[in-house]
Amino acid sequence: MEEILTGNQAIARAARDAGTALGVGYPGTPSTEILETLVTLDGGVAQWAPNEKVALEVGVGVSFGNRRALVTMKHVGLNVAADPLFTVSYTGVAGGLVVLVADDPGMHSSQNEQDSRHYARAAKVPLLEPADSQEAYDFTRLAFELSEQFDTPVLLRTSTRLSHGKSLVTPGTRAGELPAPAPPNKPAKYVMVPAFARKRHEFVEARMVELEAWANAAPLTRAEYRDRKIGIVTSGIAYQYVRDAAPDASVLKLGMTNPLPLEAIRAFAAEVETLYVVEELDPVLEEQLRAAGLAAIGKAVFPICGELNPAVIAAGLGLPADAPANLELPGRPPALCPGCPHRSVFSVLKKLGVTVSGDIGCYTLGVMPPLSALDTCICMGASIGIASGLIKAGVDPSRVVGVIGDSTFLHSGITGVLDMVYNKIPTTVIILDNGTTAMTGRQEHPGTGRTLDAAEAPRVDLPALLRSLGVTDVATVDPYERDATTAAIKAALAFPGPSVVIAQRPCMLIPHEVRPRVELDADACKACGACLRIGCPAITEHEVTRDGNTRTMPEIDPLLCTGCAICASVCQFAALAPLKGKDKVSGLI
Amino acid sequence: MAATTNILIVGVGGQGIVLAGDIIGIAAQRAGLAVKASEVHGMSQRGGSVVSEVRFGAEVHSPLIPPPGADFLLGFELLEGLRGVARLRPGGVAIVNTQRIVPASVTYSGAVYPVEAEAQLRDACPAAVLLDALAIAGELGNARAVNSVLLGILAAHGVLPLPCWEAAFRAAVKPRFLDLNLTAFQRGLALAPAAPRS
Repeated sequence: MEEILTGNQAIARAARDAGTALGVGYPGTPSTEILETLVTLDGGVAQWAPNEKVALEVGVGVSFGNRRALVTMKHVGLNVAADPLFTVSYTGVAGGLVVLVADDPGMHSSQNEQDSRHYARAAKVPLLEPADSQEAYDFTRLAFELSEQFDTPVLLRTSTRLSHGKSLVTPGTRAGELPAPAPPNKPAKYVMVPAFARKRHEFVEARMVELEAWANAAPLTRAEYRDRKIGIVTSGIAYQYVRDAAPDASVLKLGMTNPLPLEAIRAFAAEVETLYVVEELDPVLEEQLRAAGLAAIGKAVFPICGELNPAVIAAGLGLPADAPANLELPGRPPALCPGCPHRSVFSVLKKLGVTVSGDIGCYTLGVMPPLSALDTCICMGASIGIASGLIKAGVDPSRVVGVIGDSTFLHSGITGVLDMVYNKIPTTVIILDNGTTAMTGRQEHPGTGRTLDAAEAPRVDLPALLRSLGVTDVATVDPYERDATTAAIKAALAFPGPSVVIAQRPCMLIPHEVRPRVELDADACKACGACLRIGCPAITEHEVTRDGNTRTMPEIDPLLCTGCAICASVCQFAALAPLKGKDKVSGLI
Repeated sequence: MAATTNILIVGVGGQGIVLAGDIIGIAAQRAGLAVKASEVHGMSQRGGSVVSEVRFGAEVHSPLIPPPGADFLLGFELLEGLRGVARLRPGGVAIVNTQRIVPASVTYSGAVYPVEAEAQLRDACPAAVLLDALAIAGELGNARAVNSVLLGILAAHGVLPLPCWEAAFRAAVKPRFLDLNLTAFQRGLALAPAAPRS
C-alpha cells in the first residue's frame, strides 16, 4: 500500500525488506532517522557505533560474514569512515554492503558542504542517487543487489531534501531466504597485503568498467525527450527541481553517477541543441563530461555554493523566476534551549574570558550572542587537539579550554586526551556531559547505558576512563551549581598538568523532574542586564514605566522557563528565584 | 490535470509546524493526490525558524515550491509570517497567527521586531487572514492547538475535501489530543469566512 515516507524512512524500510542483518552508523543530520526507523520495524536490527569508522568496520564484518549490512552517516562522517572504505573497495563483499551518506547542501546543520560524490570516484565504488522517497526505497534494494553482483560496496547518496523530504512510496515484497552466515575463508580476497591488494586493484578497475556498461543500459539511466533545444543531465533531488524549473526541457536522469554511463550521456547529448548539467555542489558530472569532450554548461550558470531549488535553476537557464522580495527582517537564529545545562558553563567561560576551543554539537551554539563564548570549531573531537596545539603554540595554558560533548568525546575525543597526557600538555578539557547525543535528536551512545533498541547496556565510566588514560585531575560538577562549576574550571586551568572537568546534567529535552519556574521580583530588579547576558530564550527585555521612569526590564516567559535558575545564580540582587509552592513549570518543553 | 497546490508553513521551533505539514500531506493523499513535502528546522531543537513546504496535485516533482510561489502561507508567528509572505505567489493567501515571539537577534543584537508587521503583511497580501490563534487555542485549553486552528482556516478555503481533513487528523494526531485538535480545526473552519481582522 502507498504510504507517505521520508527518504530516510524509505531507506530503512528497503533495508529491512532486503533482509539486512544489521544497520549500523553514527547519528548525523540528515541521516539519523534511518537507523531510528529500522530498529522499530519488524525484523529490523540496528545499532549505534561510537563513530562512523567503527560503524563501517562492523558493517564490513557483517558483509564478510555473508550477510547484508547498511551503514549510515552524514557527509562528514564519511571522512571518518574513509579509511576502511578505500580498502573494502578492493576486497569487495560477501553479503551486500551499502554505505548511506547524507550530504547537507546549504549546511542546514553541518560545518561544511562537502560533496560525497568525490569519495565514490576516489574509492572507486558505485554511487546511486535517488530523487524521491520511492527511489530511495528502490535504489536501496538495488544497491544490495549490485553490491553482491559486482562484488563491491555501494555508496547511496542522499541530501537533506531527499532524506527529510516526504513523498509517496509503494514498498516491494520482503526478500526470501538469504544465504546463511559463513566466515571469510579467502585470504587473497580479504587480506589486503600488497601481494593480494595488487591483484584486487586490477579487479577494481575491471569492475568499474563493467559497472559503466551496466549503467549505460540500466533503467535507472533514463532519457526523457521533450523539447530538444535544451537537454539537461542531472541526478538526485536536482532532477525534481529541473522538472519544475524547465518542464519542457529534455532530461537525462542519472540514477548512478559513479561510474558515469558515458555512452548514454553521449547519445543524449547528440539529440539536444544545448547541453546543461544541473548538479548540487561541485561540478563532478560536468568535469567528467568536459573531459569526455562534451560541451556541457554547468557551474558557469548554476551556483557551486548552497542548495539548488527550482528558482535557482530557472534563473540559470535564463527562464523567468520570481526572486522573493528582500524584506529586511530580524533573523531568528537557533539558540541553546531554555534550561540547557551548557548555558551555565558558557556563561562561566565568558566571565573568565578564556579562549574556548569548541566541538560539534548543540554547544556549538555557545558562539551565538550574547554568550559569544566559542573561538574555534572544526570537526568531531577537534576541541582537544586544537586546545593542545594552542598551548604548544605558546598560548597561556591557564587561558585555554577545550569543550566537547559526551557523545562527541566518545566518538573521537579519547585519542585527543591520550595525546595531551602522552605529550605532557597541560590542556584543560570540559566534557559537557548531557547524557545523550542531543544535537541530532537525543540518540543513545556508550555513555548513556542504553542501546538504539532501548535495551540496557554497560555505561562508560568517564572519570575512570580518563584516569586510565593518565589524567590525574578529573572533577565532576553539576553545571546548575554555577559557583561550584566556576571553582572547578578555575582549579583545572590552574593545574599544571592535563585536567578534565565533567559538567554533568541531563539534556533539558530528556524527560526530567519538573522544577518550579523562576519569577522576577520587579521591585528588587535593578535592570542590570546580567540575566539577559546568559542568552536564555525564556528571558526577553521590555520597557516598563514606573513612577514616571522608563526602564528596560527583563521578563520571564512562564511558558518557556524550565526552572533551571541559572539566571537566578547570576543575579546579584536576588530579584530572580524559583517560585515557591505549587506553581510548577508548564510550558512548551 | 489538476494544478499543484503549494502550501508554505512557517514559524518557530516547537509550534507544531511539522505536524501541520503531515496533516496536510495525509489529507491530500486521502484525496487521491500525489504529495511531496520538505521541512527544515534550524540547528536548534527549539526556538529557531522552521519552514515546511507541502505540495499536492496530480503530479508533483520538486518538494520545494517553485516560482511563482506558494498558494497559501500558514504563519504560526507574526515575524515568520512576514518573512514567508515574500514567497507567496501573486494572489496567494496568507493565514497568520499574530502571536509575537521575540527572536534572539532582537534581544541581543539590537535588531528591531517590526512594529508594523501586521500592516506590512496586509500590504504584501491584501487577502491575508490575521488572527490571534493562540488566544483561540487558549480558550480551548491548550496552546498547542494553534496549528489546528490555522489548518481549519486553510480547509475553509476549499483546498481539499473536508472528510479528508478529518481522516488526516485521525491518522496523524495522538489519540489523547485528537478531540482538542478536531475542535480547534472546527473553530478555524467556522472562523474563516469572517476571520477577525485583528
